[in-house]
Amino acid sequence: MTITLNGETREIQPGTTVAMLVALISGAEGRDSRGVAIERNLEIVPKSEHASTILEDGDRIEVVQFVGGG
Amino acid sequence: MNDPLIIAGKSYASRLIVGTGKYASYQQNADAARAAGAEIVTVALRRVNLSNPDEERLTDFVKPDEFTYLPNTAGCFTADEAVRTLRLAREAGGWNLVKLEVLADQKTLYPNMPETLKAAEALIADGFEVMVYCSDDPVYAKMLEEAGCCAIMPLGSLIGSGLGIMNPVNIRLIVEQSRVPVIVDAGVGTASDAAIAMELGCDGVLMNTAIAAAKDPILMASAMKHAVIAGREAYLAGRMPKKMYADPSSPLAGLI
Repeated sequence: MTITLNGETREIQPGTTVAMLVALISGAEGRDSRGVAIERNLEIVPKSEHASTILEDGDRIEVVQFVGGG
Repeated sequence: MNDPLIIAGKSYASRLIVGTGKYASYQQNADAARAAGAEIVTVALRRVNLSNPDEERLTDFVKPDEFTYLPNTAGCFTADEAVRTLRLAREAGGWNLVKLEVLADQKTLYPNMPETLKAAEALIADGFEVMVYCSDDPVYAKMLEEAGCCAIMPLGSLIGSGLGIMNPVNIRLIVEQSRVPVIVDAGVGTASDAAIAMELGCDGVLMNTAIAAAKDPILMASAMKHAVIAGREAYLAGRMPKKMYADPSSPLAGLI
């Protein structure tokens, strides 16, 4: 199935959770997900719900973090 | 001298807040923030770079356990964008203290005040502590304070311009009327600008480009630290009155 991740189209396996997606994009070395926030279809998915939230076809996901800024 | 800056009930020894943008590297950024003696740093929220997971991360250099992160809404041009951004920032970081800025146009980055007020009201209703970037209009500054903002942050001049404090009269009017900290945000170019802001009675100064774009950012960060302290102490000391004519410093009695 297809989701939009940070504006890019991505194919993912059905049943993928938010937690699995975060692990997938955090790199193979398993960088921690602290300081990352997830928005799904304009609604924030709290960290406590990452593992239980299953993505659906057509979801628009934003993954954001802190960067340098004034 | 024990003279803390208190924002939203929390006490800070430093009155200088620095940004984390435009530096050559996050390492230089961290070194500059330390040289500035800053306890609070502004940070932005952006999409994770999916194509390069090994990219350096701000949090590995300017560490959230060393500095208080102040998430901003730089790049937001509507109240809705700003509120959305800061809700994500709260989720990412877990803290409520934020810097709100809603901009009007790319050329001036001047604050859009109706949208800023609208966003401030929504954020405060949602439990945020809002430090607000605003124009130097005392009327709007008062409205933001009455809406519940915990710090009023008027521009000295345009963001990144380095033109200094262009309207000291308005900054002073805002200082006199405000019961929450007033922090000049934007426009400082060099140390004397920071000192002027503090001599006007401002409670602090927020800057980014003045340090990041200096030839030697670490040395400029140190200069800014001293300028803010000097300006604050001069304000508290109370300057001498200005006079039209000379007044000799040496006694006239006993002249030969």
